[in-house]
Amino acid sequence: MTPPPFERFYEQHREEIFGFLVRRLGRQRAEDAFQETFLKALRAYPSLRHGEHLRAWAYTIASRVAIDEHRRPRADADLPELESLDSRPAFAQLEHLAEELPPTERAAVVLRYGYDLDYAEIGAALGSNATAARQAASAGIRRLRMKELP
Amino acid sequence: MNVSPELDRRFREAAARENLLDVAYDLVDTPVGRLFVATTDRGLCRIAYDTEPEQELESLAQTFGLRVLRSAKPIDPARRELDEYFDGKRQQFDLPVDVALLADFNRLVLGELALVPYGDVVTYGELAARVSRPGAARAVGTVMNRNPLPIVLPCHRVIGANGKLVGYAGGLERKEQLLRLEGALL
Repeated sequence: MTPPPFERFYEQHREEIFGFLVRRLGRQRAEDAFQETFLKALRAYPSLRHGEHLRAWAYTIASRVAIDEHRRPRADADLPELESLDSRPAFAQLEHLAEELPPTERAAVVLRYGYDLDYAEIGAALGSNATAARQAASAGIRRLRMKELP
Repeated sequence: MNVSPELDRRFREAAARENLLDVAYDLVDTPVGRLFVATTDRGLCRIAYDTEPEQELESLAQTFGLRVLRSAKPIDPARRELDEYFDGKRQQFDLPVDVALLADFNRLVLGELALVPYGDVVTYGELAARVSRPGAARAVGTVMNRNPLPIVLPCHRVIGANGKLVGYAGGLERKEQLLRLEGALL
């Protein structure tokens, strides 16, 4: 399945991605992050090999942009409380580690442990629900642990 | 959460400004109805009447690339020239067109068609003769029917040998309306 024309992708995901960014960054910074997220998506769009998991893909980009926004000091912005900012950047490593997992498990693991999304958000990103997201993440982690063993 | 029209507009503008689009499109209101107008960075690539946007987007994505996005700014020059045309203030379009991906014969015929002046008409047979294919009137008719840029490439100026309007992808009523605007129909 090829990805849809970008207009469709954008229309389908802009509202929830904006909501996600507002929760992470506050409204004012979310507006900049929103534009940045979809510009990044546009840049990467031609290299997508299929149209699956586009929602999770959009969340992954938005999470990355939100993290960059957090790191950028800004005197004028209303900063929401940041929890465990320093423990987060493992996402790049984690993505690499999780490369061989099945797509849903990979997305769940990366979004949970790389980007610190809660299970409800991951469920939304994957088009399922919190329970399914929790199961996918723990199945992924189990699989990763097995790989680690000799 | 609702994305404000302002934020939405800013993104669509930035996408075009940063040259990230394969195709930008918008809807343009005219006296012959709402037109779907699309452009690549090389020029105008589609004008369609009564369009189903869904289908149109799919077909543009297949032809030009997946990054198809509605964005008003890139369409502004076309909007302006179409407005002037329908106001009777413009007889010739100065817009670049992107027909590079059409078949050779179609491109040849459309190139010749572009030379048919405002207010004039030719027959399908005459147009065929002008591209050195006398007798190919029917093939020329097919090219007209599939013209990706009606109005700007004036297929409404091509009529039957008997003086009848014959056909028009946007409907005969519109063909008549355009020819009347140009003073070609009494």
